[in-house]
Amino acid sequence: MSYLFVILGAVLVNNVVFVRILGLCPFMGVSKKLDTAIGMGLATTFVLTLASGTSYLIDHYLLVPFDLDYMRTLAFIVVIAAIVQITELVIHKTSPLLQQVLGIYLPLITTNCAVLGIPLLSAKESYGLLESLLFGFGSAVGFTFALILFAGVRERLDGADVPLPFRGVPIAMMTAGFMSLAFMGFAGLDRFHH
Amino acid sequence: MTSRLFQFRGGVKPDSHKTESSETPIVHVPTPSRLVVPLIQGSQGGARTIVTLGDKVLKGQCIGEAEGATGTAIHAPTSGTVTEIGRYPMAHPSGLASQAIVITPDGEERRIIHEPFDFPDTSRDELIFRIQASGIVGMGGAVFPSHIKAESEIKTLVINGAECEPWITCDDRLMRDRAADIITGASILGRLTGAQQILVGIEDNKPEAIASMMEAVRSVAPIAHEYENKITVVPVPTRYPTGGEKQLIRVLTGLEIPAGTHAAKSGVQCFNVATAHAVCRALLYGEAMTSRIVTVTGNVERPGNYEVPLGMLIADLLAFCGIRPGSNRVIMGGPMMGFVLPSLEAPITKGSNCLIATSPEFFPPPPPEQPCIRCGACAQACPSQLQPYELYWSSRAKNLDGAKRYHLFSCIECGCCAYVCPAHIPLIDYFRFAKSEIRARDEEQNAADRARERFEFRSFRLEREKAEKAARLAAKAAETRAKAAEATATTHAASGNEAENGKP
Amino acid sequence: MLAALLVMTGIALVLGTALGYAAIYFKVEGNPLAAQIDALLPQTQCAQCGFPGCKPYAEAIASNGAEINLCTPGGDDCAHKLADLLGREFKPRGAPVEKLKTVALIDEQSCIGCTLCIQACPVDAIVGSAKQMHTVISRYCTGCELCLPPCPVNCITLEEEPRTPQNWRWKYPITGLKVVT
Repeated sequence: MSYLFVILGAVLVNNVVFVRILGLCPFMGVSKKLDTAIGMGLATTFVLTLASGTSYLIDHYLLVPFDLDYMRTLAFIVVIAAIVQITELVIHKTSPLLQQVLGIYLPLITTNCAVLGIPLLSAKESYGLLESLLFGFGSAVGFTFALILFAGVRERLDGADVPLPFRGVPIAMMTAGFMSLAFMGFAGLDRFHH
Repeated sequence: MTSRLFQFRGGVKPDSHKTESSETPIVHVPTPSRLVVPLIQGSQGGARTIVTLGDKVLKGQCIGEAEGATGTAIHAPTSGTVTEIGRYPMAHPSGLASQAIVITPDGEERRIIHEPFDFPDTSRDELIFRIQASGIVGMGGAVFPSHIKAESEIKTLVINGAECEPWITCDDRLMRDRAADIITGASILGRLTGAQQILVGIEDNKPEAIASMMEAVRSVAPIAHEYENKITVVPVPTRYPTGGEKQLIRVLTGLEIPAGTHAAKSGVQCFNVATAHAVCRALLYGEAMTSRIVTVTGNVERPGNYEVPLGMLIADLLAFCGIRPGSNRVIMGGPMMGFVLPSLEAPITKGSNCLIATSPEFFPPPPPEQPCIRCGACAQACPSQLQPYELYWSSRAKNLDGAKRYHLFSCIECGCCAYVCPAHIPLIDYFRFAKSEIRARDEEQNAADRARERFEFRSFRLEREKAEKAARLAAKAAETRAKAAEATATTHAASGNEAENGKP
Repeated sequence: MLAALLVMTGIALVLGTALGYAAIYFKVEGNPLAAQIDALLPQTQCAQCGFPGCKPYAEAIASNGAEINLCTPGGDDCAHKLADLLGREFKPRGAPVEKLKTVALIDEQSCIGCTLCIQACPVDAIVGSAKQMHTVISRYCTGCELCLPPCPVNCITLEEEPRTPQNWRWKYPITGLKVVT
């Protein structure tokens, strides 16, 4: 049951974009079209799950035994970046289809703040391996969810009669703000947890 | 036979305004002093001139041969002299010019002598060729070449006499005055397409036309005798756009034509009554298409239906019908699907079914456009079951792929959505814009693909030529080397021999 | 302190080695990105970008990171699409190129049959042979202007494609000013 809450909490209650305000660069940058948003979401889900797992292993078997908690940020950056790069090389070689879907997004998110932030958070919460993986996966699904919703709204905004000073980024920022407000509504779900 | 009628979704009921022009018989228009006959009259291709400047032509003589398999021929609408071959403005929303043959009539109306034509003993191919050579295209307005449609093999032939658009009455009047020829033409088309039954759909706001056609079915023995008792005149409820091909087929047979396919694929084919009439005139009397019935109505002295020689300038025709002062625009086609003519110096063509002179009293300017609130009225009215508000949203944002995703090309531009729109948005203008942009973009893409292919082949060819040249040079060099080696070998051998010989 | 140094060095060494090997083992021949870029270019083969054709330019962008705003016929529109595809920053092309499609036309009276333009044409759209009159197959011509400079008698001109009812496009609907009451 608590696993379910880890996932639900990560997707809705503590949505990585709307509540934690992490990963805003891809959220604003790659949300102009629904197709690219979906590609970006898939790539992030993949990377974030992978990063959560490896970070847990590094943290649990290397940093904690040597009492090196303060090195987490540095160690995580190095490990995540390298793992993602290697994965990209492997995908590139072995699966042209996957490469087409994820290829151009993978390098973009190697060390975006969500990808780094989520493992750090799960280390702080001292989650186990499965919980870390679920937390990473859940956060990424939340990210994808937010990105797709936002891209859908932005595609519609393209045709809307937006007053000139609000065109482009300003209206997108306002939309993001409203969506963030809407996500606050999920905060109540937390009650069942405790 | 078909006792049950079906319904199509959507549609509207605008004021019909038919009686203004439908109550007087068809009037022959005297030949004007100049006729401009455009080379392209069908939607799929045109004709190639076969006359030169100064040629004397007779009425019905072919002056332009069908170009390619989908083109249709054109004929002299009267006897006279070819005085010019050049570019003339067309009755088209762009007002752009297109190639046309100008004939100055001699006023004698001398006809070309037609060979007698024995319909029952002529092969199907010959008949279809005759249709193309007589220049017959769909006369409902879409000008699709009839010989292509007649080539299909179908079960049910639908003859379209619905004429659902307001103001237009040319088909109504044709059915009242010349029903026998229409029935004969329908039976000919039936034999060509192998149809088992022929259904003539007429909207029930034309009781005289229905009576006249029923009388013709009873009294005229069809030339293709197998259709005795197999032609049915079916009154259909009046609702715009029943006269749309897919809508009429739906009402009469219950068939839904899948998006992006032709009706023939579902075993049905639809011809306009005027097209059936033209087929009859062409195949039984040898008369090529040289005139058509045009409804002239609106702000004119003598509204009615006129038999107009093709190529007559619209300005001349309007003058003949007595256009009233105060007319601000002239619409070609009906008020729902037609367009405002940019110039009245354009000729009447095979697809010109109606001219409406408008004045502010007849057609008050539309109220100002307001923002779309997605009320969905357009979606309820759309006979193609599209979501016009989504199409509008995408077209407005120039999101062409989005418009395509919402099946823009299933839109028949009937205008129902714009008619019901409470915000008075000119939806059809947006759809036409998006459609032509998508077509242009696809054409550009094709051109780019073609260019890429040719560039790559050229690069490949240059590589190959280089390799071949290198191989040739290498071969030549090897040959010279071999020769040289041989030569040295012989000299060596010779000198060796000499040396040997020289040895004491 | 020493432990930290050792652990980080160890991680770096292991990952560095793994990355290095991966780069060798999973090396991909050819660049699929180049084909995607090529698909966005207008294929006029005009060489105004400084590369000898659209495909070479696409390859240069994909492998050497050539600038994405060099395509003149494609203009800003093309640069935007490339920026989207590559996730790079869009750079304006300068003045937008809004010209009608043009097609080369050889004045057949003055043509001396030197075949120079045939060799220059990147899409083989000119036919003719030595000492014979040449002509342009207008369907294949991309309007790249590459045949103009080699012609010794300047008999080639670029003609705008005539506007006809068949290739005409509907205009974007202009809506009148709203009356606020």
